[in-house]
Amino acid sequence: MRFSTSLRELIGKRDFYAGGLMLLLGLGVALKGSTYRAGTLMHMGPGFLPTALGILLVLLGIAIAAASLAPEPDDHAAIGGHGGGGQSILPEHPQWWAWFCILMSPVAFIFFGRYFGMAPGTFACVFIAALGDKTSSWKGVIILSTVVTVFGVALFSYFLQVPLPIVTWRGEL
Amino acid sequence: MIEQALSGLWYGFGVAFEPHNLMWCFVGVLVGNMVGVLPGMGPLATISILLPLTFGMKPVGAILMLGGVMYGAQYGGAICSILLNLPCHPPHAVTCLDGFPMTKQGRGGVALGLTVFASFVGASWGITEMIFLSPILVKVALQFGPAEVCSLMLLGLLAGSTLARGSPVKGVAMTVLGLFLGSVGTDLETGSERYTFGMTELDDGIELIALALGLFGIAEFMNSVNQVAPINTKYTNVGIRDMRPTKADMKRAFFPMWRGTIVGSLCALIPGTGPTIASFVAYATEKKISRHPEKFGTGLIEGVVCPEASTHSSVQGDFIPTMSLGIPGDAVMALLLGALMIQGIVPGPQLITQHPDIFWGLVASFWIGNIMLVLLNVPLIGIWVKMLAIPYRFLYPSAMFFVCIGVYAANNDFFQVGEVAVIGLFGYVLLRLGFHPAPILLGFVLGPRFEENFRRAMLISRGDIFVFVERPISAVFIALCVILIGSQIYFRLRGAKADLEPAAETAVSGEAPTGLAAQRVPATPAE
Repeated sequence: MRFSTSLRELIGKRDFYAGGLMLLLGLGVALKGSTYRAGTLMHMGPGFLPTALGILLVLLGIAIAAASLAPEPDDHAAIGGHGGGGQSILPEHPQWWAWFCILMSPVAFIFFGRYFGMAPGTFACVFIAALGDKTSSWKGVIILSTVVTVFGVALFSYFLQVPLPIVTWRGEL
Repeated sequence: MIEQALSGLWYGFGVAFEPHNLMWCFVGVLVGNMVGVLPGMGPLATISILLPLTFGMKPVGAILMLGGVMYGAQYGGAICSILLNLPCHPPHAVTCLDGFPMTKQGRGGVALGLTVFASFVGASWGITEMIFLSPILVKVALQFGPAEVCSLMLLGLLAGSTLARGSPVKGVAMTVLGLFLGSVGTDLETGSERYTFGMTELDDGIELIALALGLFGIAEFMNSVNQVAPINTKYTNVGIRDMRPTKADMKRAFFPMWRGTIVGSLCALIPGTGPTIASFVAYATEKKISRHPEKFGTGLIEGVVCPEASTHSSVQGDFIPTMSLGIPGDAVMALLLGALMIQGIVPGPQLITQHPDIFWGLVASFWIGNIMLVLLNVPLIGIWVKMLAIPYRFLYPSAMFFVCIGVYAANNDFFQVGEVAVIGLFGYVLLRLGFHPAPILLGFVLGPRFEENFRRAMLISRGDIFVFVERPISAVFIALCVILIGSQIYFRLRGAKADLEPAAETAVSGEAPTGLAAQRVPATPAE
């Protein structure tokens, strides 16, 4: 019980993680940037601006995180109306399966598009993305994918001449 | 000066009336309107998805079409917000306040009809402003050296990130992130590679389309999937006959419309204050002037036409800095500018003289496109209303295909498709952490030019960083930056962001993300 409340508190500190992410990103950018030649102010090298941006990002990250830790009584009233899940990082009902489907959809497009051509790539891309919706049925998903494939191939292959073979077998191996 | 502008306009109409340009303008307006009506598709997502269609086109046709897509999507978004209470684009949030109550009273058609009219008036005013102000601005801007350009960009970036929605610090962080993303790839001056981690596909930098579609497409789909309440089509039965306003409606809407237009055009002149702020200010002013302010929010026609006129007037006005200085005011403009750059056109004050066909053609096509929209929206309203009922489970998978093929078509390379997936995931993480990704695009588009001008300014001044405050024009911009930051800190300390407009604030669900996610808060279809 106590564990769950403390966990909720931790997840609730959204701005803390937001600042932390910016800090880490900035740190990475600055460290990598310092391996490029910085040059002088007059003759700036390629590393100068990115490193400076990285440092700026670190500072902004600290500011965001620090603001979240400071106890601000009025803060809740000001941010309370923001809605959209409030301060929690995860939405009320996390959609892991749907998120996975949406992110796998481009991967499927790459794989099937490269080895089997545009039509199979399109079908796989729409099919997998559509599986993510809770209310979808197999029949509906198949019909949708077919329709989009037909229209998509017509538009992009015939009309806009995107140079990707419609159907092929292990095209670019 | 005026003569010059008018002859430019005349020339522009010649360009815009060329058959293929006219056709592309029409296609853009039609498709933009159609996609914009769909719940959850704001102008940003619409433009990004349709951008790849313009790759094979000539620059003039491409920009005319994309311009048409943009304001077409805005018209469409108004339909969605008035009939369904779903603001797909933040400026429409205020429209919902009085628009949806009107729909519930069965007067949604009248609201739509007058919205179309008000938008047209607002846009026309904005275009006129653009015609006469842009050449003046260009004349000034041509005198700018690298130092001035640099400080002006700084001002634009700061204004764009702090005056937009959400926490200003987070906005600035997003801009900085965008500037960094813009520096990925081969360094223009020394030819050395930066942050490519050995991937040759990244030598040309991150693909603009992949960034836009990742942030405003995939991330937004992840945000909305399975979170969308089934759309309530109870009130959407609107036909062409319902759109005709009564004389009393016309009379009541007339002055609010003009006031909204003026507010919008003033907001457009202040860098960084885009249509969202314009619509808020317009609504608040109207409420203050009104003799019965307590009736706002119950379905008053004034509360619909005023913000809509203001939005459209400010959107057209936003083109002024974008086209004449090459400095976009918000992410939509940044995307359009990016589209021009893909076509190989260098934005900046020289654009009007070097490519008069693009600038004046665009201006003229605004008129034509807006008239087309009025003509389209009235008879086709029945079709648009039917499109509102398309369920999200069909919408986002189809959009995913457009995302994938569009990014592929940018370079005919599958690497970018992977890029878009990664950016999408990252964008969703940012959304959940309360960041608004729009300033990333602003920083990304301006980044390379900012760096180039910064380096040049430093070279000219022999490494003297104080050059930015020693040159008078540049010093003014820097001073404005300081005032901007100072006022932000001041208001923050006073804790007074709330005195904007409490009612309006709750309606935008504060800073709720764009798109469908926003509906979770306000959409309680009360019977």
